[in-house]
Amino acid sequence: MNDLRTIVSVADESEEIFINTDNDDSERSGPTSTRSKSTTVFGFLAIATFVPLVFFGLLVAEPHSEQQESVKLMFIHLPSVLVTYVSFFCTLVCSILYLTKKSKFWDLLAGASAEIGVLFCGILLLSGSLWGKPTWGVYWQWDPRLTSTAVMFVMYLGYLAVRRMDIAAEAKSRRAAVLGIVSFLNVLIVHYSIDWWRGLHQGRTFESSEIKIEGWYLFSLMFGMLFFSFVAIWMVIHKFRILWLEYQLERMDLELAINERRSEVNDLDSSIDADEEELLFGGGS
Amino acid sequence: MVRIVKEATLMIRDALLIAKKDVRVEISSRVIFGQVLPFSLLILILFGLAISSDLIVTGDAKRTVLEQVSPGLFWLAIVFSSLFAVNRSFKIESDNGNLDALRMAGIDPAAIFLGKALAISLLIFILDLFVGALAVVIFNASIIDFSILGVTVFAATISISMSGTLYAGITAGSRSKDTLMPLLLLPTMAPMLLIATRSTEAALFSEDQTGWGWPMLLSVLAFLYTGIGMLSFGALMEES
Amino acid sequence: MAQASEDNLNSTDAIINLQDAIALIDNYPALSGMNFRLEQGETVHIKGPNGAGKTTLLSLMAGLLPLHSGQGQVLDNDLSDLGDRRRIRRLTGLLSHESSLYDELTVFGNLKFWCSANKVEHEIIDPIMDRLGLSGRLRNLKVSSLSAGQRRRTSLAVIVCRRPRLWLLDEPYSGLDEAGQNLVDAFVQTAVTFGASVVFASHDSDRAKKLASRTVEMQGGRLKTQKLDSGSHKTRDYIPIESGEPLPDGTHSKGGNAND
Repeated sequence: MNDLRTIVSVADESEEIFINTDNDDSERSGPTSTRSKSTTVFGFLAIATFVPLVFFGLLVAEPHSEQQESVKLMFIHLPSVLVTYVSFFCTLVCSILYLTKKSKFWDLLAGASAEIGVLFCGILLLSGSLWGKPTWGVYWQWDPRLTSTAVMFVMYLGYLAVRRMDIAAEAKSRRAAVLGIVSFLNVLIVHYSIDWWRGLHQGRTFESSEIKIEGWYLFSLMFGMLFFSFVAIWMVIHKFRILWLEYQLERMDLELAINERRSEVNDLDSSIDADEEELLFGGGS
Repeated sequence: MVRIVKEATLMIRDALLIAKKDVRVEISSRVIFGQVLPFSLLILILFGLAISSDLIVTGDAKRTVLEQVSPGLFWLAIVFSSLFAVNRSFKIESDNGNLDALRMAGIDPAAIFLGKALAISLLIFILDLFVGALAVVIFNASIIDFSILGVTVFAATISISMSGTLYAGITAGSRSKDTLMPLLLLPTMAPMLLIATRSTEAALFSEDQTGWGWPMLLSVLAFLYTGIGMLSFGALMEES
Repeated sequence: MAQASEDNLNSTDAIINLQDAIALIDNYPALSGMNFRLEQGETVHIKGPNGAGKTTLLSLMAGLLPLHSGQGQVLDNDLSDLGDRRRIRRLTGLLSHESSLYDELTVFGNLKFWCSANKVEHEIIDPIMDRLGLSGRLRNLKVSSLSAGQRRRTSLAVIVCRRPRLWLLDEPYSGLDEAGQNLVDAFVQTAVTFGASVVFASHDSDRAKKLASRTVEMQGGRLKTQKLDSGSHKTRDYIPIESGEPLPDGTHSKGGNAND
């Protein structure tokens, strides 16, 4: 499989789009499935890290004295945090690159990254909530960090909604890029405000620092981080390819629309025949 | 260097031209004051009905729950009203294709952003005054630090209008903009809401003295959003 | 009015030159390969059925839309460059379907605003309002209280104040009474004598024929193509108003437009 960047840049320049269903690797053909060498590699890596994670994390590591088994939700929660922020940061970077370089590649990557970010943000919130119940007896805390994460979740849902707006494609990509940058700035603003607030109020916070992460937990957590990262990368690659294929489809549709448009005849028949008269005006009198 | 100053002066002049025009349109149509203002006053009253005034806060402060949360209620009323104000500001342009005409006139998009945001700020500021007056009355509030309150209201209003104008620009031209714009704007206003409420509490309640930290932060936000909006409006208005 | 510069009269560069221009409106190819050329001082009438792309063509030539593909120059500026497009906008006056007015402001208020926005001195507002019948009672009336024709005249007044080198008018006669339509003709003709060039789209063929120096017919987002007896397609880029002249492919036009 050819380097994806090359394919995209070639497709950008070429007038015609070929989607070759023979799967031969000519320069102009694009991927027809979203599988590739890179996804296979990351898929294997993911599976490779999953096994030790499960083994060490769930079986070897002993349950925490107070939180029992539920503390092992950290193996889902904490890596989700990592993936979420890295994904949204990636969207930021890709948005900036799209605005400066104008290549569709960056726009699509920003979108794929954001979608995976939203997914893991949801997992983050869910796992945090499930972890909270046995720990403090409640599913939700008005903890500033938790609340700001929920706000971030909705913010990026908005970003995904803007990507689906019903305006011209180029303008939409540009606006989504602006939003991708502004949203991350918002995330930074929120975090700075939270830290400031923490400084002023010694309120109850999500005391993950209460749990000493050491020994087998630390070891397993590392595998957890790796596993989630590999899964996320695997998903982003697949999603990107889906978006890229959709983009190629749009271009094909546009070519078709142009041809249809060129052979358009708008003449209206301005006289009304007898039978039409009957249909349109007839009936009781 | 001289050229930059010249362009900046021109931009500011255009922004003021647009701001004055927006205010003139409002004076003529009275949508904000005839419709949005009553709406915001009503929200405040509905909040008062929804929260029982019998509940008392425990602790040192001899205050009802309603009085205790009144700063938050005030800002909620303003935040929701701002959605209408921002919507209206752009409706007068989109109704007759005026944004295209402004582009034809060669007005810097940053000027359009700044001008409209300034006009929205002024209108929301006046809403602040009226709604604030009502809040003081029905929530039995006593202001102990006018300067903190003043800076808070000023900075929060600017932040709200700048970010509102930005998101209106992002969703302009879309058929779903009426639902999409609030979806984008409200999460952004969440930290502003938080900070403004804490800051207002500091201005009202003697036990909540946190000094100038919050108003300062709010002012920084106001500057940030002004800058972000001015820089990005060009990209947003390009060829919709 | 606009000054006629010496170089414009002598220049062989076209005011507008479009080649295979494709322009999109919300991802739809409103223009599907348009060819068009406008020389200095011409008044060209664009005709065609609804949906043919006339409005999009005018917006493109005003510099408001990007070119999806093809080439285009307007007033020596390239349509594929954003900076150039911004320059084009300042030099053209577009009278669009929409009024581009603020309903809540008065006629005078609108003109004052748009003149300030376009960096035009306010002294000319009163004479122009006078000439377009907008003084007196209408001057301080809110635009929302005006009739459609009065609104049109106000939009036209904004264009006139700008004194553009290129006039782009989309259905200039719609909503106007006879006197108003005559006024449009008068303004167009005078503007041309002062060095402007004009492109207008109209369904009113009779009036347009008298005003225009030539007619261009659009269909399906580009020039209307003519199916010849030989079965081949040939695109003509103009149909002479005067009948009798032989056309490039050897056939004769019926005058005005040829619909075989």
